[in-house]
Amino acid sequence: MGIGKILRRTFLIGSAAIVGGVAFGAYYVTRPAANPLKPRDGEAALNPFVMIDQNGVTLFAPRAEMGQGVKTSWAALIAEELDVDLEQVNVLHGPAAAAYYNSAFLSDGLPGKGYDKSEFQHNLGEALGVIGKSLSLHGTGGSTSMKDGFIRMREAGASARETIKQAAAERLGVDRSQLKTEAGHVIAPDGTTIPYAELAEATATLDPVEAELRDPSEWRYLGRSQPRLDMVGKSTGTAEFAIDVRLPGMKFATVRRNPKLGGGMKSFDDSGAKSMPGVEKIVDIGDGIAVIGTNTWLVIQAAEAVEIKWEDAPYPPTTDAIFAKIAKAFDGSPNSTMRDDGDVEAAIEGATEITADYTAPYLAHSTMEPMTAAAQLGSNGLQVWTGTQMPLFAQMRAASVAGLESEQVEINTTYLGGGFGRRLELDFVEVAVKVAMAVPGTPVLTTWSREEDMRHDYFRPGAMARLRGAVKGGKAVLIDGHVAAQSPVQQAVERITGMAGGGPDKVLVEGFFNQPYAIPNYRMSGYVADVKLPVGFWRSVGNSYNGFFHETFMDELAHAAGRDPLAFRLEHARDEWDVAARCLEKVRDMSGWTGKTPDGVGRGVAMTYSFGTPVAQVIEVVDENGTIRINKAWIACDMGLAIDPHVVKAQMFGGMMYGLSAACFGEITFDGGEVEQWNFPDYDALRMHTAPQVEVEVLETNRFMGGAGEPGTPPSMPALGNALFDLTGNRARTLPLSHTFDLLI
Amino acid sequence: MATTLTINGKTHQVDLPDDVPLLWVLRDEVGLTGTKFGCGVAACGACTVHINGEAVRSCQTPLSDVDGPVTTIEGVGTPESLATIQQAWIENQVAQCGYCQSGQIMQAASLLAENSAPTDADIDDAMQGNLCRCGTYPRIRAAIHDAATKLKEA
Repeated sequence: MGIGKILRRTFLIGSAAIVGGVAFGAYYVTRPAANPLKPRDGEAALNPFVMIDQNGVTLFAPRAEMGQGVKTSWAALIAEELDVDLEQVNVLHGPAAAAYYNSAFLSDGLPGKGYDKSEFQHNLGEALGVIGKSLSLHGTGGSTSMKDGFIRMREAGASARETIKQAAAERLGVDRSQLKTEAGHVIAPDGTTIPYAELAEATATLDPVEAELRDPSEWRYLGRSQPRLDMVGKSTGTAEFAIDVRLPGMKFATVRRNPKLGGGMKSFDDSGAKSMPGVEKIVDIGDGIAVIGTNTWLVIQAAEAVEIKWEDAPYPPTTDAIFAKIAKAFDGSPNSTMRDDGDVEAAIEGATEITADYTAPYLAHSTMEPMTAAAQLGSNGLQVWTGTQMPLFAQMRAASVAGLESEQVEINTTYLGGGFGRRLELDFVEVAVKVAMAVPGTPVLTTWSREEDMRHDYFRPGAMARLRGAVKGGKAVLIDGHVAAQSPVQQAVERITGMAGGGPDKVLVEGFFNQPYAIPNYRMSGYVADVKLPVGFWRSVGNSYNGFFHETFMDELAHAAGRDPLAFRLEHARDEWDVAARCLEKVRDMSGWTGKTPDGVGRGVAMTYSFGTPVAQVIEVVDENGTIRINKAWIACDMGLAIDPHVVKAQMFGGMMYGLSAACFGEITFDGGEVEQWNFPDYDALRMHTAPQVEVEVLETNRFMGGAGEPGTPPSMPALGNALFDLTGNRARTLPLSHTFDLLI
Repeated sequence: MATTLTINGKTHQVDLPDDVPLLWVLRDEVGLTGTKFGCGVAACGACTVHINGEAVRSCQTPLSDVDGPVTTIEGVGTPESLATIQQAWIENQVAQCGYCQSGQIMQAASLLAENSAPTDADIDDAMQGNLCRCGTYPRIRAAIHDAATKLKEA
């Protein structure tokens, strides 16, 4: 396969840009990153995203396909302008490369609530996004892919199309403007057609031609649901995940690391394990051991048989002690106060004040495919096959572990068996590289057991909230939130750069400080808890706990005001941001919300604005002989233009299900410094019989494009809690809800 | 000790201890990677295959307990020659990350073999052992109903 060879021969070029990235500067930022695709004779790489050769057209969608359909949506953005049929092109992920930077990662980090941003602020964000190229931000996450690719990929397609037309124009001796394109062909004025593939060689000699983007009224793909390019593979067992990579002479390995996370290994005795069937080598990887052998199950058995003395964890040993330490953060000064409207300290005459404390537990990502990577150390460099959300970071980490230069490492990104933020991390890459280094020349697939995966996560941080609010005349007049949690952002900065992260952490308070409700006295203070437990980015990140805190408390305020919780929210949203108000109106209408429910039925509502998208949800629960079942859900969202409505609906429901699963059952607890949950029976999720029926409506009135992958998660937890309150009169301020209610399992 | 297995109609000789679960025989020995590892404790259904036509969790089926022909997702149909149930999966655009879907399809195929017109309650009963973290359940349900209709018409 030509493309495989091209990628292998050219990773040097893609990676050279990363080395340059360290020397950060204005010149470098604005210079185009090197095209990682280096065509051979007869092939034309028109830009880093489009390549044509005699066999046809290949598009590069260098975003992690973890279920969100990005491979298809990204290719559709290019194909829309390139005039190719999606079923006729080959779509590949491509190598790790600076050219594949994510321009939307940085713009979302700008200060400000988001929903009230001006055109200027939006454009500033777009401009700043280019810095991502110099920071090795080739990655997928933060619900950014469509925001990132919407203009850039259409431009890539349009430019490629016009360059191909230029080659045809020169061949035919006509002006380019006389030519048309359709389904991978150039159409001459006399109606004859030339396949793009036939023009590859001539196109390769031309400089890229710039082109205007088409008017949306001409679109064939965008705004319409496309058959997903990964669907046949995923319905036949032929889609390749990292765990499915098979190479000649491949060995299988597993890992067992200190369950006291961050602690080292004092000593180990592998004398019994060494002679077990299928075992070929047992390797010291620093904070644990890896077993290499002939069969994954056999090496898992052997890993369990190794006797290991572990060092202690650098954090308090029990859940209670950890939360006591989180609570201590409230004694210090806030890391941020990102919203401080009005005067929350002043007494409000005639107002009714309420206070409440909330907690949210640590959570695991629990992807269906456990952490897995294959690696092979050769004489010229290192090959890695894995499902990563951050290929360039993975390349740098693999290089540093192996003592190589980045350009000597090739990252092959497979499909991801779930991501949810877990595969932003690099630990599974590091482990696989250490294993490969123990047997140079031999490809080894390192698969974590489910237990190892669940107990060695970068967890969603546990969080605590102290909330105060007031209502007067049926309206909220005060909301004053204090939230304490560990900072995944600060930890990630330290893990990646080696330097402690600092500064105000917007992610810690997102989903609380920036909610689109008009409340005159509105403050949110974030406190960073100093706990040395590994935490990371769990689908919707800070919104995942702040959404629960804010929207449960809004319900408490509504009840304190004697108001219907949906009408109460709607009034406050209408005065702040009409886009959010429309989502609430939509779920009200979809669900036939009356504020009253029959005996044995409860309904709750919540709305969270996150990643640029407001999402309102109504959830209905039913009491069936004392057991409570989630019966129905209604979702209304508005991310502006929805590139693929089917995918958006799937993400909205999936995001909600991920949140509901956590709200019902999810908690990671600690004893003796070790995670107490081992496998799905201890950390379950909603299943076929416990999943609600759902209706999703996608509104498209938002001025700026919002995300789809995460915004469905935050409102699900409070909507369910509020429904349970409606049903039972019992207000749960702690998750998971199975501690308080008898939920159907 | 060599064991003889019939997998998707082909005979395979495998030389592994007889407590090795069928899942790991398929994946690491025979090279059939469509059957997935999710939990190793029969709690997620990702490893579901058929033995003698019945759905079993291959992660909890030691080699010594394989007492009949095995069918995996690769034996149900291929991209070039899709089975009816796979066509229904594709038409309903079921998969998201896709990791659990081999197991979901194998479980659903066994349900349809026993019950040509399953109700929603039948689907709840049959499918509740198969975990999906992406939340594809509504489309799995729709695809099973569609497949039932297609099979009846065939």
